[in-house]
Amino acid sequence: MTYLIRRLEFFAITLWAALTMNFIIPRVMPGSPAEAMLVRFHGRASPQTIRTIEIALGFHTDESLLQQYGEYLWNMAHLNLGTSLTFFPSSVGKAIMVGLPWTVGLVGLSTVIAFVLGTLVGMLSAWRRGGILDGALPTVFIMVSAFPYFWIALVAILIFSFTLNWFPLGFGYDLHQHIELSWDFIGNAIWHGFLPALTIVITSIGGWILTMRNTMITTLAEDYVKMARAKGLSPVRIMFMYAGRNAILPNLTGFAMSLGFVISGAILVEIVFNYPGLGYMLLQAVNNEDFALMQGLFLLITVAVLVAVLLADFLTALLDPRTRAAD
Amino acid sequence: MSLNLVADQSRVAAPVGSRSRVLGNLARALVSNRKALTGLAVLVIFALVALLAPVIAPYPPQADLFGQILPPSAQHLLGTTGNGQDIFSQLLWGTRQSLVIAILAGAAATVISVIVGVTAAYLGGIPDHVLNLFTDVFLVIPTLPLMIVIAAYARSGGVFVIILVIVITGWSYGARQLRSQALSLRKREFLEAARVRGERNVYIILAEILPNMTSLIVANFLGAAVYAVLAAAGLQFLGLGDPNDLSWGTMLFWAENNGALLAGSPWWAIAPGLCIALLGGAFALVNYAFDEIGNPALRPVRRRRQ
Amino acid sequence: MIATATRPLLEIKDLSVDYLTDRGAVRAVDRVSLEVQRGEFLGVVGESGCGKSTLLYSIARLLTPPAEIASGDIWFDGHDLVSMSDSELRHYRWKQYSVVMQSAMNALNPVMNIGEQLRDAFDAHQRFTGRQITARSEELLRIVGIDPVHLRSYPHQLSGGMRQRAMIAMALAFTPELVIMDEPTSALDVVAQRSLMLKIKQLQREFGFATIFVTHDMSLVSHFSDRLAVMYAGQIVEIGETARLFAEPKHPYTVGLMRSFPSIRGELQPLAGIPGSPPDLARPPAGCRFHPRCPKVMDRCHMEEPEFYAEEGDLIRCFLFDSDA
Repeated sequence: MTYLIRRLEFFAITLWAALTMNFIIPRVMPGSPAEAMLVRFHGRASPQTIRTIEIALGFHTDESLLQQYGEYLWNMAHLNLGTSLTFFPSSVGKAIMVGLPWTVGLVGLSTVIAFVLGTLVGMLSAWRRGGILDGALPTVFIMVSAFPYFWIALVAILIFSFTLNWFPLGFGYDLHQHIELSWDFIGNAIWHGFLPALTIVITSIGGWILTMRNTMITTLAEDYVKMARAKGLSPVRIMFMYAGRNAILPNLTGFAMSLGFVISGAILVEIVFNYPGLGYMLLQAVNNEDFALMQGLFLLITVAVLVAVLLADFLTALLDPRTRAAD
Repeated sequence: MSLNLVADQSRVAAPVGSRSRVLGNLARALVSNRKALTGLAVLVIFALVALLAPVIAPYPPQADLFGQILPPSAQHLLGTTGNGQDIFSQLLWGTRQSLVIAILAGAAATVISVIVGVTAAYLGGIPDHVLNLFTDVFLVIPTLPLMIVIAAYARSGGVFVIILVIVITGWSYGARQLRSQALSLRKREFLEAARVRGERNVYIILAEILPNMTSLIVANFLGAAVYAVLAAAGLQFLGLGDPNDLSWGTMLFWAENNGALLAGSPWWAIAPGLCIALLGGAFALVNYAFDEIGNPALRPVRRRRQ
Repeated sequence: MIATATRPLLEIKDLSVDYLTDRGAVRAVDRVSLEVQRGEFLGVVGESGCGKSTLLYSIARLLTPPAEIASGDIWFDGHDLVSMSDSELRHYRWKQYSVVMQSAMNALNPVMNIGEQLRDAFDAHQRFTGRQITARSEELLRIVGIDPVHLRSYPHQLSGGMRQRAMIAMALAFTPELVIMDEPTSALDVVAQRSLMLKIKQLQREFGFATIFVTHDMSLVSHFSDRLAVMYAGQIVEIGETARLFAEPKHPYTVGLMRSFPSIRGELQPLAGIPGSPPDLARPPAGCRFHPRCPKVMDRCHMEEPEFYAEEGDLIRCFLFDSDA
């Protein structure tokens, strides 16, 4: 149990660190582009809203830093992230809720697909050591995992949308469609999401393949794998229950930890495809100097990654009896 | 003088011997690794291009002297931009900034990784716990949104801001790896010996621990360089760099903003992206070669010739 | 079929094992021939790196690249193990012969409990009901002296001695004809070592399986093995009955090995090791492999490689026993 308590501690500390960073950054950066943003708010928003943003962005120098920090944390605890300039007069929270389902659908799904597929391929590649898969894969995927996500996205659009006309040029659905829960709309959304998803899978799968292949090679040399062979177990059982299961354990938390990196790349993919998710929203925030929205998105994505890390930790505890030890 | 004597004794005690021999072994291992050779070759080519850009580039890179969106031809190998600049010349000149960012940001991030990772492992106890937690926090926090927030506040800082942002977000992974290697070194006898001799901690870290971690430190630099190449390109592509800079990321920014694909100038976007991919890939190949050198089990399997 | 009664359980002929390295093949086991009779306890001793464990794993067909069998035959109960495919081998593994490894901590899957790992072995070979498996598993643990509640324990929850016993219980799941043991006691303290050896011997008498027992510790097997094979630099240098070999070691290497540990009952003797160190197997010395360290080296030892010479029923690879010379 101590393992999970330690991981919960980590969750809390990281969340606090992210919130604090969010509080400090505007206060230590030279110059104040945020001021320009606030000026544009005046006369448009209620004094109360402006105050929330002001505190988040580091004004009110008359109050002590501690006081500001307290009020900032209070606002955050109530999910009061301020008002978005881009989607005025909508609050940052509401604006984010519009983009969230698209990103969860696209980035979440394709990341999980990439992890599962990559882990399987890496496992097989190590299992058939010296096979065709094992010979070619590492080199190919070392290269691919160093490719910029957004560039793959551009090439994908050029080939599949622009030249071959197989897929739409971008956006999450056809604009004449109504957002509704109909097969028509879902089919349309999948058709639009296919290419961005493919891009994310292609660029992120390499990392999982290589990580899994390398830990699997180490695990395959373990005595308990030799023992499983000696027992005459079927190859499939040895691969999954003895080698695979043990190789995947250290990778689970690693997977969640590196989600931040993957999501970062996926955000850029959304931008290239004009996909109506959080990434595209982030670009709009940058272009409009909408700092409240930017910081809200940063916090949300951090929390999402932290939750994923926590889930991975729970899964590890479930699969590995050693973490349940009383020490 | 007495200090020198002590240093010499310790060198005898250290398992890897002199620093030059470490580097020599490493160099030999690299040259016999195909992935490393390929990667190194690409890096050398890019370095030459960066050095010789003024000589090889056919036109001044920023001069909008030509027709807009010209297709590739003998005069313009990759065509021209929406502003009538020669894409090929821009590409050659852009190599400079991308390489500089990769090397500077990679090196600075590695220095922080080494300081944090090795100090944590060496001190142990509560300092280790705190530093380790600090590292993990930075590892988990999603880098791009954080980079965007920082870069947006520090608007128009140009290359310096980009490097700074990359270093802040990019050191944690290496620190974690270096810490675990330093931890395993900590228990070795030759360090015990140095401690018993009463050496100062700084001396032990600099003269005893670091030389034994050379290959992992270099590997970390390469990994950080890959990250720097990709992150810089991403930031500039989003328009968070100086739009007047000459770099591959900025080229992509302008290409995207001018709808290069739809406007019929695909090379404007493809070429700089390909260069970023090649540069990142080259660093990554050499980096992976280090993994193979350190862990022979990962190397390609040899079969008996029959 | 007539020959079955007299035929040895295991017959190894000229077995060689190579490690494929960057600089060519290194021969770790060189033309080893051995026979193991039903119910026999054969000890294999030698310094670390002499190829004894490699020999063991090649017999069990558990070598992994870069190691591979280069030549030779392994006949088990009249079947050639070397030419068998992995899927054919599966029918022999565990039911006919099982393996006990050096460290159960590494040989047991850390994420499965003892019961699950036993069940795995049963399921791989035969269809049993859950109740049959549980009953048999509990019985096995009792046989090796562990409380059956530990079927639900994970390896990290058991003591070193219990883990080793659990692995032996596993090896006896189908009461095989042959149990191959790779230094199963070396991770234990002296007291636990002794009690485990007694247990193994008792089980062997009770169930009648043959054992190949590899160890670097000669004194350990002296009371338990029927015959002893001494290995040096990938080759067997002497093989014979344990009692006789102890009373009168013949090969100069065996003589040296006997002198390097204290005898409990024998007269007080100064301990003497063997000068020098074992050769690099990538570049074995010409002639007899032991000649650089041999106190009785002769001229021909530098050039010719000795064959086996018979002496009082033992086989010795040394020119000292060449009756033609």
